[in-house]
Amino acid sequence: MNIHEYQAKSVLAQYGVAVPQGHVAFTVEEAVEHAKQLGGKAVVKAQIHAGGRGKAGGVKVSKSLAEVEANARELLGKTLVTHQTGPQGKVVKRLLIEQLSNIQKEYYIGLVVDRASGRVVMMASAEGGMEIEEVAAKTPEKIFKETIDPAVGLLPYQARNLAFAIQIPDALVNKAVKFMTGLYACFVDKDCSVAEINPLVVTAEGNVMALDAKLNFDDNALYRHPDILELRDLDEEDPKEIEASKFGLNYIALDGNIGCMVNGAGLAMATMDTIKYYGGEPANFLDIGGGANEEKVTAAFKLILSDPNVKGILVNIFGGIQQCDVVATGVVAAARQIGLDKPLVVRLEGTNVEKGKEILNQSGLNIVAADSLADAAQRIVALV
Amino acid sequence: MSILVGKETRVITQGITGKQGLFHTKQAIEYGTKVVGGTTPGKGGTTVEGVPVFNTVREAVEQTGANASVIYVPPAFAADAIMEAVDAELDLVICITEGIPVLDMVKVKRFMEGRHTRLIGPNCPGVITPGACKIGIMPGYIHVPGKVGVVSRSGTLTYEAVYQLTVRGIGQSTAVGIGGDPVKGTEFIDVLKMFNDDPDTEAVIMIGEIGGTAEEQAAEWIRDHMTKPVVGFIAGATAPPGRRMGHAGAIISGGSGTAASKIKKLEECGIRVAPTPSDMGATMEQYLKDRGLLEACRTAR
Repeated sequence: MNIHEYQAKSVLAQYGVAVPQGHVAFTVEEAVEHAKQLGGKAVVKAQIHAGGRGKAGGVKVSKSLAEVEANARELLGKTLVTHQTGPQGKVVKRLLIEQLSNIQKEYYIGLVVDRASGRVVMMASAEGGMEIEEVAAKTPEKIFKETIDPAVGLLPYQARNLAFAIQIPDALVNKAVKFMTGLYACFVDKDCSVAEINPLVVTAEGNVMALDAKLNFDDNALYRHPDILELRDLDEEDPKEIEASKFGLNYIALDGNIGCMVNGAGLAMATMDTIKYYGGEPANFLDIGGGANEEKVTAAFKLILSDPNVKGILVNIFGGIQQCDVVATGVVAAARQIGLDKPLVVRLEGTNVEKGKEILNQSGLNIVAADSLADAAQRIVALV
Repeated sequence: MSILVGKETRVITQGITGKQGLFHTKQAIEYGTKVVGGTTPGKGGTTVEGVPVFNTVREAVEQTGANASVIYVPPAFAADAIMEAVDAELDLVICITEGIPVLDMVKVKRFMEGRHTRLIGPNCPGVITPGACKIGIMPGYIHVPGKVGVVSRSGTLTYEAVYQLTVRGIGQSTAVGIGGDPVKGTEFIDVLKMFNDDPDTEAVIMIGEIGGTAEEQAAEWIRDHMTKPVVGFIAGATAPPGRRMGHAGAIISGGSGTAASKIKKLEECGIRVAPTPSDMGATMEQYLKDRGLLEACRTAR
């Protein structure tokens, strides 16, 4: 799960991570009010779940209340298109009104879970403000890393190693260490999957602060973080994906016209690959997971049909933990409820396959049975 | 022979009284797996499916002589279950549970350092040596004993590969699902090494997907060490970049971890890559034929 910058900064502040003073504003009036408290000057920052806001004109330094008002008016309701939003962009509904900082130098600090070592790694670079992927591709020697032992956490010497490596001024190294230690504590305590401070800044007043902050959270751990779950902004998510998440379905909308319902992420991707190979275009990625019940299958089926672009449906189930008869019952129930008027190809294999096929056969519905993945893909492509 | 599990494997089910634990324990017993017991804290002393239930793994091991466990406990408790099994010094722990927080697995990996247990998973279908031992959630009937090893990051795609081999009369030595989570017990290379050393495995099919660099690393290992033919497949050629495709692992960003870059690397390292997921079996059949191994790998019918 993703949260806004202003929310991330408030979470980080709980761990002693220094952030500029700021407030969220939902209206122009609120923006002006907050700017007054900051002495009449402020940075007006569009809050959307995407990077690249500065380049897209979503961050405005405002030297007077009049400028704050004008910038807030311009940004609220504006559709920002950044390299991360896709061409359709995202509508700005919230602003962060933040104190101006006297930036002397920008740095980068990030935390990720490294698959290879199975540990959390802190990365730091003096190339603040640049995308870390770009730095990694062009000048990997400029990224410094410390692998963290979960038994003891980020040790002060590791933080010092990084601070000196990226040339934080000597007098501020202790502040940087405190910053990094707080960041790591937050990462672990809140089950983050990614934490990025880009840029981290050193100011003329001698502060080490997070000028921007991005925190992503591990969806699997949200059950133990009700405070984080409250920060979810449904406006930033696709309505169909929200509906899917209610039922624990993994759904991603795509541009094609063949709806897919598959169990398992790997097989779901393979099914999409096969549809494309035979000249079709998948309308979605949908993994019903393992052990879905009838209700979940029905919800999945309705979700697929709620996409007006869908001209036909391919159900591909290879049952392991998933029992084929449960899927068949769910499909039949959903098709009856909705009144299915589109071609439906079903390929069932695996646990309880015979029971599943029998349920489909006896349903009286117009279902095309397929013998294999290739057969199923060819049939649905021919039908739409 | 085979790898990881065989006729001699004695298994306990952790979470044996739960819905999934119970269902799959029953299926494993029907398949012929030596399930010798199970655990559910608070239900010790009872019996399910004819096997004794214990409160703790340590007790279960002492009483039954188990050397492997399979875990079906819910995600919030799964990391603890793995560590309990590791502490009881089991040789093999297979964790089926999907949805374990990543940082829990970071702790588990640290806990396992210096201990001898091998962990498979989490978020995996398990391990099967056809005709001998099935531990996990895979449908047993699609497998036949044979000489092709299967290793995969994806559960259901493993079944697809096995099924395609079986319908072509090509049996499997062992099929291993290593799981799709970013932090896991066993990687491709660990399993490839075992297949390379297993006299009864003649060839291997490796199924990967977009995201990460595990397939690339495995490909290099194959190029440098593998003496047996390897067929590969990478799922997710048509996945849009930057989106998470169900598996925490399956995300591609920038130019790395894409299907195209992985396929290129696999081919450069001498792996024969199936062009579509429905060609995995056919690609293996052709490769075995080219290497003169097909007859040796045919299942007796």
